[in-house]
Amino acid sequence: MSATDFESAPEEHHPTGVTRWLSTTNHKDIGILYMGFGLTMFLVGGLLSLLIRAELFEPGMKIMPPELYNQVIAVHGLVMVFAALMPLTAGMANYLIPMMIGAPDMALPRLNNFGFWLLPPAAILLVAPWLLALFGTGNGTIDTGWTIYAPLSIQSGLGMDFAIFTVLLFGLSSTVFSINVIVTVLNMRAPGMTLYKTPLFVWSWLWTAFLLIAVFPDLIAGVIMLLADRHFGTHFFSAAGGGDPILWIHMFWFFGHPEVYILLFPTVGILPHILSTFARKPIFGYKAQIYAFAAIGLLSVIVWAHHMYTSGLPAVANIYFMFATMSISIPVSILFFCWFGTIWRGSMTFETPMLFALGYLVLFGIGGLTGLVLSDAAADQQYHGTYFVVAHFHYTLFGGPIMGVIAAIYYYLPKVTGRMYSEKLGKWHFWLTMIGFNATFFPQFLLGIDGMPRRIPDYALQFAHLNMASSIGAFVLGASQLLFLINIIKTAAGTGERASSKVWEGAQGLEFTVSSPPPYHTFLLPPVVQ
Amino acid sequence: MASATSDAHHEAHYFIPTPSPYPILLSAGLFLLALGGALAVNGSSAGRWSALIGALISAYALSRWLGAVIRENRAGAYQKQEGLSFRVGMWWFIISEAVFFSSLFGVLFYERVIAVPWLASLSPHFSPWAGFKAVWPTSGPHGAPFTPQDAWGIPAVNTVILLASAGTVTLALKQMMARERALATLLVGVTIALGVTFLGLQAHEFYHAYTSLHLTLGSGVYGATFYLLTGFHALHVTIGLIMLCVILARLVEGDFSAENHFAFQAVGWYWHFVDVVWLFVFLFVYWL
Repeated sequence: MSATDFESAPEEHHPTGVTRWLSTTNHKDIGILYMGFGLTMFLVGGLLSLLIRAELFEPGMKIMPPELYNQVIAVHGLVMVFAALMPLTAGMANYLIPMMIGAPDMALPRLNNFGFWLLPPAAILLVAPWLLALFGTGNGTIDTGWTIYAPLSIQSGLGMDFAIFTVLLFGLSSTVFSINVIVTVLNMRAPGMTLYKTPLFVWSWLWTAFLLIAVFPDLIAGVIMLLADRHFGTHFFSAAGGGDPILWIHMFWFFGHPEVYILLFPTVGILPHILSTFARKPIFGYKAQIYAFAAIGLLSVIVWAHHMYTSGLPAVANIYFMFATMSISIPVSILFFCWFGTIWRGSMTFETPMLFALGYLVLFGIGGLTGLVLSDAAADQQYHGTYFVVAHFHYTLFGGPIMGVIAAIYYYLPKVTGRMYSEKLGKWHFWLTMIGFNATFFPQFLLGIDGMPRRIPDYALQFAHLNMASSIGAFVLGASQLLFLINIIKTAAGTGERASSKVWEGAQGLEFTVSSPPPYHTFLLPPVVQ
Repeated sequence: MASATSDAHHEAHYFIPTPSPYPILLSAGLFLLALGGALAVNGSSAGRWSALIGALISAYALSRWLGAVIRENRAGAYQKQEGLSFRVGMWWFIISEAVFFSSLFGVLFYERVIAVPWLASLSPHFSPWAGFKAVWPTSGPHGAPFTPQDAWGIPAVNTVILLASAGTVTLALKQMMARERALATLLVGVTIALGVTFLGLQAHEFYHAYTSLHLTLGSGVYGATFYLLTGFHALHVTIGLIMLCVILARLVEGDFSAENHFAFQAVGWYWHFVDVVWLFVFLFVYWL
């Protein structure tokens, strides 16, 4: 083989058509693949949630049998967490981190491609049992909810096995991507880009990657044990052999609680960039935010049992987990303080990314405060397993990560496509999302306080009005996301005025020093950061 | 923030590989393997075929991928910064493996220290297994009796063997750094022989446990954690042995030098990691 084969691919000399996307080693291509996959799965997960809301529109069994309802809520949760949000934040990391730190690419480009292409197989495996059921094999896909609690998950049908292998593939993908992010951030920064000059988004993803490596192997161990309990005669989660179903809940939430921060961190990191751009002020409390990431990351792995207050843990354990959980509100408050400090007395304008960023502050703020309510072990005896919890985590996970991802997409769409999106459509999208979201989930707080249980396809007549309101809100919310889709497609198709390389008047950072759209390879020669 | 590009780095910029078909081929192989696995555990013979074909595709793709890396290395594509990327990457891979084994040990501690005593402490009025006593080892209230393995037989011998192999692999790396290639090759060969002996003895132990001691996967929570920890450890020894064989072949071909030996070093780290895990397995699974 000649030496020229080992040259880095020169500018614009890359395969075209499908091959480009299948075999690419370019971080921007892979970033776009991640975003495309994540948005598609966001749509799939969204359609599943509309099925849920259609079933709950009125009391009584309306459009599907309870077995299918269980499968729909399980797949909705798994798709949104693993196939929509994680790929969306990983796509942001792929596209932005090398440009933000002045690197030519991710440190391990082939591994990067491998990590992405594990995702479509994983998603296919998750829904494959529905296809098999059409041909008369099995009774559909996973039906335990995304938490996969034993012993139900041991008794469940073959859809459970497919879900176990799905989790293994997602876990492998997340692990190799996390390693890639850590290596890239530690080893690929441009000369002069010290760690304390590294943008907050990069810092937030460094902590995300640490967390993924700290907790995903635990879930992988858990699902392997679950597979063994189901098929190989072991008794990890079965008291008949001396095991304990509570062990699964521990293993799941030791992963599952940090997972919430894994979803949240990347958008917590991008938020100050957006707030500072549109307030035309530097980021307030840069180092305080980095230390807050560290504090949240460390606390997140020692609070998991606040999901288990009603599982019969000793009172002393409940008290410990209650206070540990409440202490997370301190670093989170520091973040909020820094965000308000960033926009305080700024000369703000309210373009769509800024609107979504401010919406993030409001919705995620409500999510965080209701989390404080749930963290109280005594109060949680009442709220556990009710719609209050559903409303809370949708305020944190939609109000946080999804609002943040949408804000980031609007913020960087002109950079990626070289064209400005339609501001008018964007504003419609924002206001309809805010109205639709609050109409969907605020009634669920009230339903939860009244005692409506989660995961049940039917409900008592007293809950009828609030459920109908919630369903109408969900359809508004779902329909308004079509405006988002139209806006992205129109922008990518090249309508709209050309974007300058800086895009926004107040934008800072290396990614705004290159043209819009950026060249196929940025920073083959590292820039020098002053 | 940024100014002109630096000319100092003009000579050797970071190596970005050209597009490669092997990563997605590996993903496709793993897809067939996972699909086959999910079908096979439900008794489908098509699932076994899918898993087999998937495993073959994965092995092919992985070997071609790593083969490309070796060829690029021979052609001098990798400089200091690339070498650091590989090393940091390997470290974090081993850390993720360490977290995986920590979870498995966590399972062992939880079952032994919390779950079994908890089950035995339930009020007889509420427990379906009122007479259950908290002892370890146990196969639980419904399990069949078994005999646990004695730590001071083959497991102790295996500990000595693995510790010795850690020594030989370290010496091999030292000899290679001292440009004593023949000696280094011999020492890697000895390491592989020790590893194979370990695996052979371990296989014998599993056979003995199943046939004579009645210690099986179904032997309650003791049998489950026993095979979970020793089984995953043996799997990692197997992976380490495959990697050592590649290192042996590359040593014979003269691939490594005192300056260029990432793969050798990384496999050495991995082998030490497997060794340390074994010490914990010996301590907590066999001895205590």
